[in-house]
Amino acid sequence: MSKKAFQRIYTQLTAITKATVTLEAEGVSNDELAVVNGRLAQVVKIKGNSITLQVFGGTEDIPTNAEVVFYGEPPTLNVSDDLAGRFFNAYGEPIDGGPAVEGEKRQIGGPSVNPYRRRQPSELIPTGIAGIDLNNTLVSGQKIPFFADPDQPYNQVMSMVALRADVDKIILGGMGLSNDDYLFFKNQFESAGALHKIISFVNTTDQPPVERLLIPDMALTAAEYFAVDKNEKVLVLLTDMTLYADALSIVSNRMDQIPSKDSMPGSLYSDLAKIYEKAVQLPDGGSITIIAVTTLNDGDITHAIPDNTGYITEGQLFLRADADSGKVIIDPFRSLSRLKQLVQNKKTREDHSAVMNTSVRLYADAANAKSKLENGFDLSDYDMRCLKYAKEYATRLLAIDVNIPITEMLDTAWELFAKYFSKAETGLKDALIQKYWKE
Amino acid sequence: MKTTGKVIGIIANLVTVKVDGPVAQNELCFIDLDGTKLMAEVIKVNGDLASVQVYESTRGLKTGCDVEFQGYMLEVTLGPGLLSSNFDGLQNNLATMEDVFLKRGEYTKALDEEKKWDFTPIAAAGQKVIAADWLGEVKEGWLPHKIMVPFSFDGEYTVKSVAPAGSYKITETIATLVNQDGEEVPVTMIQRWPVKVAVGGYVEKPRPFRIMETGVRIIDTLNPIAEGGTGFIPGPFGCGKTVLQHALAEQADADVIIMAACGERANEVVEIFTEFPELKDRRTGRSLMERTTIICNTSNMPVAAREASVYTAMTISEYYRAMGMKVLLLADSTSRWAQALREMSNRLEELPGQDGFPVDLSAIISNFYSRAGIVKLNNGQYGSITFIGTVSPAGGNLKEPVTESTKKAARCFYALSQNRADKKRYPAVDPVDSYSKYLEYPEISDYLNEKIEKGWVDKVIKTKYIIRKGKDAYEQINILGDDGVPVAYHEQYWKSELVDFIILQQDAFDPVDRASTLDRQKFMLDLVLGICDKEFGFDDFEQCMNFFKNIINICRQLNYTEYQSDTFNQYLAELKEEINYE
Repeated sequence: MSKKAFQRIYTQLTAITKATVTLEAEGVSNDELAVVNGRLAQVVKIKGNSITLQVFGGTEDIPTNAEVVFYGEPPTLNVSDDLAGRFFNAYGEPIDGGPAVEGEKRQIGGPSVNPYRRRQPSELIPTGIAGIDLNNTLVSGQKIPFFADPDQPYNQVMSMVALRADVDKIILGGMGLSNDDYLFFKNQFESAGALHKIISFVNTTDQPPVERLLIPDMALTAAEYFAVDKNEKVLVLLTDMTLYADALSIVSNRMDQIPSKDSMPGSLYSDLAKIYEKAVQLPDGGSITIIAVTTLNDGDITHAIPDNTGYITEGQLFLRADADSGKVIIDPFRSLSRLKQLVQNKKTREDHSAVMNTSVRLYADAANAKSKLENGFDLSDYDMRCLKYAKEYATRLLAIDVNIPITEMLDTAWELFAKYFSKAETGLKDALIQKYWKE
Repeated sequence: MKTTGKVIGIIANLVTVKVDGPVAQNELCFIDLDGTKLMAEVIKVNGDLASVQVYESTRGLKTGCDVEFQGYMLEVTLGPGLLSSNFDGLQNNLATMEDVFLKRGEYTKALDEEKKWDFTPIAAAGQKVIAADWLGEVKEGWLPHKIMVPFSFDGEYTVKSVAPAGSYKITETIATLVNQDGEEVPVTMIQRWPVKVAVGGYVEKPRPFRIMETGVRIIDTLNPIAEGGTGFIPGPFGCGKTVLQHALAEQADADVIIMAACGERANEVVEIFTEFPELKDRRTGRSLMERTTIICNTSNMPVAAREASVYTAMTISEYYRAMGMKVLLLADSTSRWAQALREMSNRLEELPGQDGFPVDLSAIISNFYSRAGIVKLNNGQYGSITFIGTVSPAGGNLKEPVTESTKKAARCFYALSQNRADKKRYPAVDPVDSYSKYLEYPEISDYLNEKIEKGWVDKVIKTKYIIRKGKDAYEQINILGDDGVPVAYHEQYWKSELVDFIILQQDAFDPVDRASTLDRQKFMLDLVLGICDKEFGFDDFEQCMNFFKNIINICRQLNYTEYQSDTFNQYLAELKEEINYE
C-alpha cells in the first residue's frame, strides 16, 4: 500500500488511547485508511474536523507529533488468480517471501449479496467424520463454527475437514494463531499437496490484536473474488473468532462506548453477522462456505460471543472429550447443522434423518441411564443396553477419527440398533424397518 | 422549500447534520455522497444539529456532504401487487434489483406500475364514505383486494364517480371523491402511509373471540392462539424456532401471510423464497407465495433498516386487515430489532437501561404489539392481524429485557426449551411454562366448546394436569430410583410420556404429521386421554414401561398415517387389542 504524493501530512495528535488516536484534519472520509507514525490506521469517528483513527498496530510509542497521512480510501486487497498458494498478513502483504500480488484493487468489507439473488444451498460437503456427516451434515454455502474449549484439537479437526472437502479453494483466516498453530496449518497443507489451492491471511499472537479486525474481511474479499468472479467453490476457515471479538471490544472500549453483555460492544451481533453472512450459494455455481472456530470458556455457551454466534451461524459443532470411549467426539446433543435437511434423504439415503434422530435419542436415554447409575440406582435391562450402545456409538460413529462414507455410517447405526434394541424400542417407521433392519 | 443541511459528524451509521431550517423527528432525508443518495431518518434534534440514522453503509462519507430533508416520515406504498413480493426493510423490491450485490443508494419502486388489474366497483356515485371504506376491488391472486378510501383522508367524502369495471394500472384514477369543502379529490389504487403510525379506519377493536387454527397440536390443542391475538416464541438458538414459524406460515388458517425476517440469516430467507412458491395452499391448491409478502432485512444488511422492517411489515398487515382479511404476521426475530434500537441508543450516547437497551424498550414493544388485533370495519365485517414474534434471548436466559418486555405485551407464550430440543422432542415448546391467556377468555372458551365440543377446555386443562403430574413423578423416580417409588408413579410418568410423544411432539418434516386438523387433534386427544383414564395395575415398572413404549410406538404410527385411512384403522385396531389385552 503506497502513499500518494499529493496528500497532506498532519503532525498534531490531540488525543491518544491504547487503540486510537485523534487529530484535527479536513476532507477525511469515513472508514478511510491512514498511516500514523508508519502504522496502519482506519477512521472510525468524525466529529467536525476531529478525526478518530483506530491504529491496527497499537499506539505504543506513538508521539503527539506523529506523522499522519490519509490514503483517501478504505482498506483494499489486490485480487487475482495469483493469490492462490500464498500467505499474507492482516494487511494483505505477503509473508512467504514471495512478490506482492498484482491484480484488481478491491475494497474489503464490501456490500452484501441481495438475498433474492442467492440460491438455496444444496450440495453436500462430505467429511468422513460421522459426527458431522451423519448427525450434522454440512452443506456448501453454510456457515458453521466449532465450539470448543481451548484444550481441544479444533484446529486439527478443521484442517482435516478442509482437506477432505471437495472444494476449489481453501482460504485460511488466522486470528491470534500461535506460531505453532500457524506452522501446523502450513505443514498440513503442504504435506497434503494442497498448497496450490490454499490462501492464508494470518495474524499471530506476537502481532498486535487490533490487526485481527482486518483478517476476516481480507479472507472473504479473496473468497468473493474466486466465488463470484470465477464461480469456484470456496471454503473459508476462520480461527479463532473469539479472539476477533476480543479485538472488537478493545476498540469499542477505547472509544468510550457503553458495553453491553460481557463487556462486548452493543453492535457485536451485527459485526459478526457481517462476516458470517458472506457465506453464500451463488446463482452461477460459486459458493462460499465458512467453517469457524469459537473457543469457549469451559463450555459456556451463554457468553456473548458464542451466544451471538449461535444466532447467526447455521448451527454449531461441539467438540467434547468423551470419558467412556476415551475419544474426542462431536457432541450429538449440542451440535446442530441447520441446513442438514437440505441434503439428508435427498443427497443421501432415504433413512438418513430417521436413523440420525433415533440414534441420538437412544444416546440420550443412555445419558439418563448414566445419571441413574451415578446416583446409585439399579439399572433396568433397557438402561444396560443403552449404556453399551452408547459406548459403541461413540467409538464407531461419534469419534472425530472416524473416516467412512455416509452409507457405511447408516449401516453401522442399523447394526447397532439390531444389536442392542428391539424394533419397537427404536420407534422407527415400519417401512424403514422392513427395508433396513439387520437381523 | 425543503430544509437542507451539511454533514458535520459520523460514527458508524449515525450522522450529525447541521440544518438550516425546521426538521421533524423521524423525518426522512437524503445525504448526497458524490451523487449517491443515502436515505436516513432523523432520530434526535438538538438546536440546529439533527442526528440521523443512515439506512446504508456510511463508508466514504465526509463532513460537508449535502443533506436534503423530505418533509415526510418513512412511508410505504400500499396497493395491489404487495402479495408475492419480496421487499427489504424500506420496501425496495429485491426481485427487481438485478445485481448480485446490493448497491448502496439504489431504491426501487415497491409496486409494478405497468401491470394492469381487473377492477370491479363496489361504491356508487352519491355514496358517503370515510377513510378505509371500500370503493372497488381487484383480484390479487385469488384474493379480493379492496381499493379503499385512503387512510389519510379526514372526515366524510361523497363519491362523485367510480371507474367502471375494467382493466387499470395502479396509478390511474379509479374514483373521484368530493370533500366537505366541495373540492374534488382523485383516488388511485395506491396510497402511502407512514410506517410508524398505526392505521385506523375501523369502528372498534373487540376482544378476540375465535381461535386461529395452525395445525400444530401443541398450539391448537394446548395453547390456542386467538385470531387477532398476539404470541411470542422465545428460545435459545437451535431449539427449532424457525421451523416452528415456517410451519405456522404454511398451515395457519390465514388469508394473508406477512413474514418479516428481521436481522436473521439470509439462507433462511432463501429457504422461504425457494420453498414458498412450491408449497401448496391447502384450501386453494395454489402456491402459498401468492398470498405471502416477505419483508427481509438479513443480519448483514444495514442495521437502521432492520428497525424499519418490522414497521413496514405491520403497516402492510394493517392494510390487508382493512380489507376484512385474516392476516398472520410473523416477525423473526424481534430481538434483532431491539438490538438495532440498542445500537442506535448507544451511539446517541443515551443513558442505557438494562443490558444497554434503551429505557423505553418496553413501551416500544408494547406499542408495536398493540397494533395487532381483530377489528370491526366500517361496514361491519371483521379483519384481523394475528401477530407472532420470536425472541432470541441472550444465552437462552429468559430474564432479559426483550423477553420480559414482550411477555407483558403478548398473550401467548410458547417457550422453547433447550432441554426438549436436546432430547429432539420437537416442537420443543415447553408444555409447563407455555401458556395461552386466551384459554381464560370466556369468549374463546365458549367458541371452543361450540366449535369442537362441549367441555373441550376442561379436557385441555386435564391434559396439562397429566403433564405436570408426570413431571412430578419423574422427579420422584429420579430421586428415589425406579424401585424406590410405587409402580403407580411409573404409570403416572408414562401416561405423561404418552401425551408428550403423541400430542406434544409433532414431526414438522413428515408429510402427514406436519399438519393436523382440529378434527384429528380432537380424535387423538380423546384417544390418549382414554388411555390415561384407565388404571392398568402393572406388576412392576418394567412391565409398565414396556407396555407404554409399545402403545406410544403404535400411536406414533397413527400420527404418521393418513387420518382414517385403512392403515390408520389397522393401527387403531392393533392399539385397541394391546390395551384390552393388558
